[in-house]
Parts: sequence; C-alpha cells; structure tokens
Amino acid sequence: MTAPAAPAAPAAPPVLLRVRDLKTYFVTEHGKGTARAVDDVSFDLFPGETLGIVGESGCGKTVTSLSILRLVPEPPGHVLPGSLIEFEGRNLLALSAPELRAVRGNQIAMIFQEPMTSLNPVFTVGDQIAEAAIIHQHLSRRAARARAIEMLRLVGIPDPDERVDDYPHQLSGGMRQRVMIAMALICHPKVLIADEPTTALDVTIQAQILELLDRLQHELGMAVLLITHDLGVVAGHADRVVVMYAGRVVETATTDALFEQPTHPYTEGLLAAVPRIDARRARLHAIPGQVPAATAWPPGCRFHPRCPYAWEKCVAEEPPLLDAGDGAGHAARCWLVTEPERRVPKR
Amino acid sequence: MTLVEVQDLVKHYPGERSWFGLGAPRAAVRAVDGVSFTIASGRTLGLVGESGSGKTSVGRTMLRLQEPTAGKVLFDGNDVFALDAARLRALRRRMQIVFQDPYSSLNPRMTVEATLREPLEIHRLNGAVSALLEEVGLDAAFAKRYPHELSGGQRQRVGIARALSVEPQFIVCDEPVSALDVSVQAQVLNLLADLQAKRRLTYLFIAHDLAVVRHIADDVAVMYLGKIVERAPAAEIYAQPRHPYTTALLSAVPEPNPRATKQRIVLAGDMPSAAHPPAGCPFHPRCPHPMKSDRCRTEVPALRPITTGHLAACHYAQSPMTLADAAHQPLNRPRHQ
Repeated sequence: MTAPAAPAAPAAPPVLLRVRDLKTYFVTEHGKGTARAVDDVSFDLFPGETLGIVGESGCGKTVTSLSILRLVPEPPGHVLPGSLIEFEGRNLLALSAPELRAVRGNQIAMIFQEPMTSLNPVFTVGDQIAEAAIIHQHLSRRAARARAIEMLRLVGIPDPDERVDDYPHQLSGGMRQRVMIAMALICHPKVLIADEPTTALDVTIQAQILELLDRLQHELGMAVLLITHDLGVVAGHADRVVVMYAGRVVETATTDALFEQPTHPYTEGLLAAVPRIDARRARLHAIPGQVPAATAWPPGCRFHPRCPYAWEKCVAEEPPLLDAGDGAGHAARCWLVTEPERRVPKR
Repeated sequence: MTLVEVQDLVKHYPGERSWFGLGAPRAAVRAVDGVSFTIASGRTLGLVGESGSGKTSVGRTMLRLQEPTAGKVLFDGNDVFALDAARLRALRRRMQIVFQDPYSSLNPRMTVEATLREPLEIHRLNGAVSALLEEVGLDAAFAKRYPHELSGGQRQRVGIARALSVEPQFIVCDEPVSALDVSVQAQVLNLLADLQAKRRLTYLFIAHDLAVVRHIADDVAVMYLGKIVERAPAAEIYAQPRHPYTTALLSAVPEPNPRATKQRIVLAGDMPSAAHPPAGCPFHPRCPHPMKSDRCRTEVPALRPITTGHLAACHYAQSPMTLADAAHQPLNRPRHQ
C-alpha cells in the first residue's frame, strides 16, 4: 500500500503526528464477524496546520480519532499490531499507561460532538477545566482556578468569574462547547483533535465556535485534526483534507485541490450531493445505494458497487492511493488516476 | 388556490412548577407567538429557524397533534381546531406528517408491512403495500423487515410511504433529512420532489438547513423566538434578505467552496429563552443592524410587506443591513491569514 504523499519534499517541516497503517477492528456480537472499522489508514499532521478528515457515518473517521489517544474501548475494539501512531517520534501505541496519560489531555487534547454528555453534570465547569492543569502542570487548586477563569475568558464566555462556578446544565449548548474547548486547551496542547465540534449546534452558534477555534489556533499555534461530515466546514477551515470511505483513505489533497479537482468518484459524488446556498440546483446528485457494513466490505475497490464509472478491474483489484500528480500530495485510491479516459458515467 | 391558512397561531407550554409540583409555576414558554401564513395548493413553504424558534411546534399544532393556545388553521376551508374527533380523523387523511428521526418514529416491533397497513385500516382504505414501497424506491422484499434491519435512509422512505398511504394532499415534513448523511439526504430530497410533482402534494418543509430549504421550497418563512421575522419567495429571500437575522443566518452557512470570499456575520450570544423573550423586537439583543435604536428595544415590529410578496418584521427593513455594515462590528473582522 502506498503511503499518502506528504506535501512536496523540499521544505517539508517535521511531522508532528504520523499515522501509519492504522487498523482498528471490532469483534461484533452474535458472531457476525469482525468489523474492520479503520482499515489501513495513514496520514501526517504537521505543526500548526488544520487537517480535515471527512466522511459519512460509518466511514471510520471517529474511530480513527479515538485510536490516536487509545480511547477505543477494548474489548470489543482492538488496534492491530503493525499500526503506528507516532507523536514527536514516539509510538503512542507502545506507551505504558502512565506515559500515555502524560500525553493525553496535555500535548494532545480532544473535543467531542456532544458537549452535554462529555461534561460531568455533578462538577462545576471550573473544577472540570482546572482538573487537567492540576494533573499535568501540578498547579495548586487556587492557581488552577485562576487558570480556569482565564481560559473561560479566552473562549469568550461573559462574566467568567461567575460562570466558573456554574454546572453544565446551567449553560447553553454553545457555551458548553466553549467550556469543552477551554478544558482541552488549558495545557496548551500541540494537537487538538476536534470530532464534529459543531454538529450539535445551530448555524449561528456553529459560526461562533469555528471562528473561536480559528482564533485560538492562530494564537496558540497548535495543529488541529478536524473531523467532520460537513464539506462546508472543511472548505472554510482546513488546509488539507483526508476523505474516508469504508474504513479507507480514498483521497487526500490540499483543500483547494480537493474542491477544484475531486478525483475519487466518491469525493466527486459527495460534492455534487450537497445542496448549495449560492445557487439552486434543479436536481441533486444522489450517490445510489448505501455504505456497506463494516463486517462485509465489498471486494476490490470498496466503492465500486456505488460507482458510476466502475469496470472489471475495480471489482477484481483494490487500487492503492495513487499520486494524482499535482506535486502537492494529491492522491486518490482509484484506477481512474491511471486510466482517466474511463471517466464516463454508465448511468 | 390556498390549501392551508394559518391565522395568528399561538402555542404556549405552561411552565412547570418547581419543588416537585408544589412551588410557584414558572413562566410559560411561548413557543409559537402569533404566526400567520398561507400555502397554495401544490407549493412548498420552507419554515426555517434554529432550535427553540418554534418551527416544530407550528407543524404539530397545525395538524392538531397538540392543542393550540389560540389562533385558527383552515385546511381547504375547514377550521381544523373546531372539528369533533370523527371529522378530525377524516381530515387527518388529507394531512400527514413525516418526522425527523427515522429511528424513533417507527414502531420497532412492527414490520414495514404492518406499519404501512395500519393507516389503511384506520381509514378503511384499500391500498397495496408493495405499490407504496415501489413508489418510495424500496424493493417489495422490505415489507417483511423490521426497522432495525433498515438503514436511516430506508427508514425515512418507510416514514414517507406511511404518510403517502392515505393519499394526503398536504404533508408536514419536519426536518425529514437532517438525520441523514449527505449522499442519502440527496436521495430523499429528490424523492420528495418527485412525489410532489407526481401527486400534486403541498408541503410545509420545516428545517434548520438553509441550503436544503433553498433546494426544495417555493417560499421561505424564517422564525425567531416564536415569530416569523421574514417571509418571501425563495429566490428573493436568498438574494435580498430584509431582516438582519436572515442576513446573518445566510452568511453563517459554511459553503463547500474554499475560495468563497464570503463575509461572515457572527452573531453574538444565544437565542434568548422563549419563557422570557426580550421586550420590543425579539432579535434586538443580538442585532448587528447599524440603525438599531431605542425603538427596537420597546416596540415589537410588525411583519409587514416591504416589497410585493416580501414581508419582514424589522423597523428598518426598508434599508436592510448589508454585510459591509456588519463588518464594522468587532466580532466580524475578516479572518486572519
């Protein structure tokens, strides 16, 4: 399997987080077999950049993000031997529990989709934000509380001196997500993993949170792994994009290249399926069928049953990630890269 | 010809009593606070708003799935709120609803066939389940399956088939695609459009996603805190919004185009509670309109025509806020980089 190409070799900065051949499988109940949720995923995250991971439900994007911090529940899940998650030169998968704890929440932090279920309802938000600073930076309670108030101010919560003593239920959804961000950033992590950070929020609140993340990334200089199903969010906030389908990376490119020249038919179909606010389309392009089950990925290219261009080769042999040749790391897991003349829809 | 007419609809939910029912009742939640609109036969009205704006309550109250606090709904000339149970049931055959969550709106212990058969039996109709399934793009073999064996998109097709089974004229579509992935969402939106053309259906399409609504609606009404703040033909409202809330809402939608040089208005704060709406214009605490004045804080603006067919509830709708106006606000500086 070819690794997805990093940006052009010459001035490439050192990789901050390197994911190679990641396989996370789940044993299903009732003997239905093994769900290969993440199946040989590789990508690099560079310092200070935002890498978007896009895909629909069941493509493996969330399991990928959970695997990085070893948050996949075991059993039923397990990360297969041979997988590599290298952060600043160390394989996170090989760390002992105390070593991992020193990274988790400190150098790599994570925010989740649903702020209500990720906050503890019986502790004040101040206690929850301060916890990481007490554990990782060994601050006193008093100093940690002061840091928590400072963080609340940083994430734009009005009256932070008072809000610090609020319980999660006293805050709106947007405010809770700000608290989550304050919690994640209190130790100034080098990597922030944001898993659908705005999916549960209304569009005006989403705009607030995305703007906040942009600002904080700029101020704190962290790298962000932005996991989302929303191509609009990716277009506005990611520098590079990884598109996932059926447990695989199917395309990777700079954001501009991906939207200008989507190469994998799945990416192309997804872009055509999005209703646009800037123009009314007569009819939406729908991708026929649905995502197959993770226990039974189709043979050959996993997208071939839904692909308008598929031919015999796609059924017989799965393509590797092939360099699309733009010199900026654009690659697609599709035989069309080698036989572009076949890009003629059958239906 | 008008099929549905809503006049001054009000729905308040009584406040709960604190202290396990012994204390003083809290303020009532004014979910719908005087909403009026009409939908012509065969057309689609998109009802847009964020969570808590009251859009779902409008849909449910119109069908009398819950009793209104005040107001009137005329369906093909019949006063829906004045009907007795028997006549209401007869009328329900003509107005149906498709729910948001295809996971909780189907009975997990009924096969698809039983789910589709039930409304036919209630209304003593003859209809073939297989024909219904075919119409919504499902194979006849699905009749024997249970909801847990179906994907989200397939369940939503069953929900649509159930609504269609009694051959209604009017369907309230309450966020029918918001739980679906984008590729499946497109399938269901195309299906709804095809069915409308084929059966001359009239839709009230409730959604929070402005891009989805643009795709399907002929007219659009925007709700904020229980009130319609703007209503216009779809093309017009997207090209020339008159209410600052609509302008902000449109600007906040992330566009799948990295080169879009769109100016974004980031509204400050959250939508206030519908139990304690602000005095005056409900939007004034968050309003970025440069002409905002004391009048906005005291006087509720009426929903009035600004141009032909374009209504807005803003004192300054004649000189609508532009994105450049909003750019002067500290929150809306252009993005760095």
